[in-house]
Amino acid sequence: MATTETVLGVFAHVDTTVRALEELRAKGYHDLTVYTPVPVHEIEDVLERDRPVSRVRIFTLIGSLIGLASAWLLTQWTSMKWDLVVGGKPAIGLPVSPPYVVIMFEMMVLFGGVATVIGMVVLGRLPRLRQSSSFDPRFTNDRFGVAVHCAPERGASVRDILRHAGADEVRA
Amino acid sequence: MSVATSRPPATPTYGDVNRDVIATLRTPGPLYFAWMCIVGLLLTCFFLAWSYQIYVGMGAAGKRTPQMWAMYITTFVFWIGIGHAGTLISAVLYLFRARWRTSIYRAAEAMTIFAVMTAGLFPMIHAGRVWFAYFLLPYPNQRYLWPNFKSPLVWDVFAISTYLSISTVFFIVGLIPDIAALRDAATGWRRRIYSMLCLGWEGTDGQWRHYRRAYGLLAAFATPLVLSVHSVVSWDFAMALVPGWHSTLFAPFFVDGAIFSGFAMVLVLVLPMRYFFNLQPYITPRHLDAMAKLILVTGLVLTYFYACELFTSWYSGDHIEKASLFWRLTSTYAWALATMYFCNCISPLILFWAPARTNPVILFGVSVLVLIGMWFERFNIIVPSLGHDFYPYSWGIYVPTVTDSTIIIGSFAWFFLLFLGFIRVLPSLSVVEVKETLPPPMKDVVDGHH
Repeated sequence: MATTETVLGVFAHVDTTVRALEELRAKGYHDLTVYTPVPVHEIEDVLERDRPVSRVRIFTLIGSLIGLASAWLLTQWTSMKWDLVVGGKPAIGLPVSPPYVVIMFEMMVLFGGVATVIGMVVLGRLPRLRQSSSFDPRFTNDRFGVAVHCAPERGASVRDILRHAGADEVRA
Repeated sequence: MSVATSRPPATPTYGDVNRDVIATLRTPGPLYFAWMCIVGLLLTCFFLAWSYQIYVGMGAAGKRTPQMWAMYITTFVFWIGIGHAGTLISAVLYLFRARWRTSIYRAAEAMTIFAVMTAGLFPMIHAGRVWFAYFLLPYPNQRYLWPNFKSPLVWDVFAISTYLSISTVFFIVGLIPDIAALRDAATGWRRRIYSMLCLGWEGTDGQWRHYRRAYGLLAAFATPLVLSVHSVVSWDFAMALVPGWHSTLFAPFFVDGAIFSGFAMVLVLVLPMRYFFNLQPYITPRHLDAMAKLILVTGLVLTYFYACELFTSWYSGDHIEKASLFWRLTSTYAWALATMYFCNCISPLILFWAPARTNPVILFGVSVLVLIGMWFERFNIIVPSLGHDFYPYSWGIYVPTVTDSTIIIGSFAWFFLLFLGFIRVLPSLSVVEVKETLPPPMKDVVDGHH
């Protein structure tokens, strides 16, 4: 990917950032990285238009099911190993003994919650050991950044679009 | 608001939020160290008392039949209850899009984790031989023993460890973008530590996209968890046959009381924080009013539960149940019951008066009373019920000892040590979520309603 150039526009306002994004997309630039200090609905609306919903929920589902199944196995199997009669009830009930539902619920939440975070970290490409070249410390404070990854010969036109939309600062 | 620049001074900008939150992390003054000294002293007493109890035996804690559960379990339930408000604020109010949660939720979440960590000490202190605590964990062992998964006490182990883990995960996830903001304002070794803690967060669109989805899913998970934890704790009692415990009322009764006391503790922590860190632009009278209303509502619901408790005991026609109730109301521990009724039912009524809901002094006073009342509620459930069960020969009176009282006071020191440490190293106000509730910076504002 040595043939791509990254042009960064730094914005102070949400509406100018949105204007730049709309303009870039209309001109056919789709390889964008947008930096924001907070998630902003206006910007998300532009970016999420043609994207599928985040796949974090698949991690959550799989994690929860693993938690549920492992709790079911743990309670049923250990009851067979250590057969305690409680309240005159059989040691294991099928499909499930009512008291074990509590354990299954807790394990479902535990595994599902941890899997959700793993999903967030994996899909968000975290942890990042080195800062990306277009990142600026102001992006966690009060500035918005639009990094456009484009062919070097189109750099000039991208700069124009960003500057025209109202960027405070444009650099490569 | 016609132009963006003529924003009223009360509305902070994004830059102000970063500056004000970072200001809370400056080197603290002598008052802070004075507090830490008191906390450290109490904590030393705590460890001395615990060591003495381990050396001498459980008699040092005043435990003898019939009250084998006494102040330790009371305080355990109390701390678990305190731990409810944090996740309620961060998860339930998040799902309901209650925007006032943003400026208090970080402190409340930290409070939750520290309260559950404090609560977690008590089963170990209570069990006596703390070095056998690992017996609670289910793992294949040479003893061929497995926990009884039909016992509410084992459910409790699962419920509380899950609650602690998920609250911690939720807390850490919320902190990631904030720590990134601290990283970018810091230099030197602090910067390196913050860089590691925030996993190199940059706030790109791709990161936010998954982050927001993950946060919503975690909130959806944490919501039933909040309700389950104290329900499971209540079943520790309700599943036993002891008169005064054996009631289907217990789960909602405990959950409501937990939210009630949790909000009181949030106010006890947030009001001084607001005062000392000058966070009035972020924690406004509107926030205080919302919290006061929640205390009032949960207090009224609790009063209803107390009435139900009395009524069901009387209406059950069960002589032993009625005798236990009568004894509780009229005998040795009647003063504790009166304290509970005053603190939990009468004192929050002042919050019907609107100016009281935004007055920090009155709110602080009510919150302290509520905390006292809720501690006594758990005391009244545990100690008198055990003291007056089915057989007169097993009736008895419990008297606190110096050892167990010291351990209980020391548990507050442990909690405050964790909390005071937290507010100096991590942002006690969420940078990102506070910004989200501010009007986003616009160049051309048409109607000021973006």
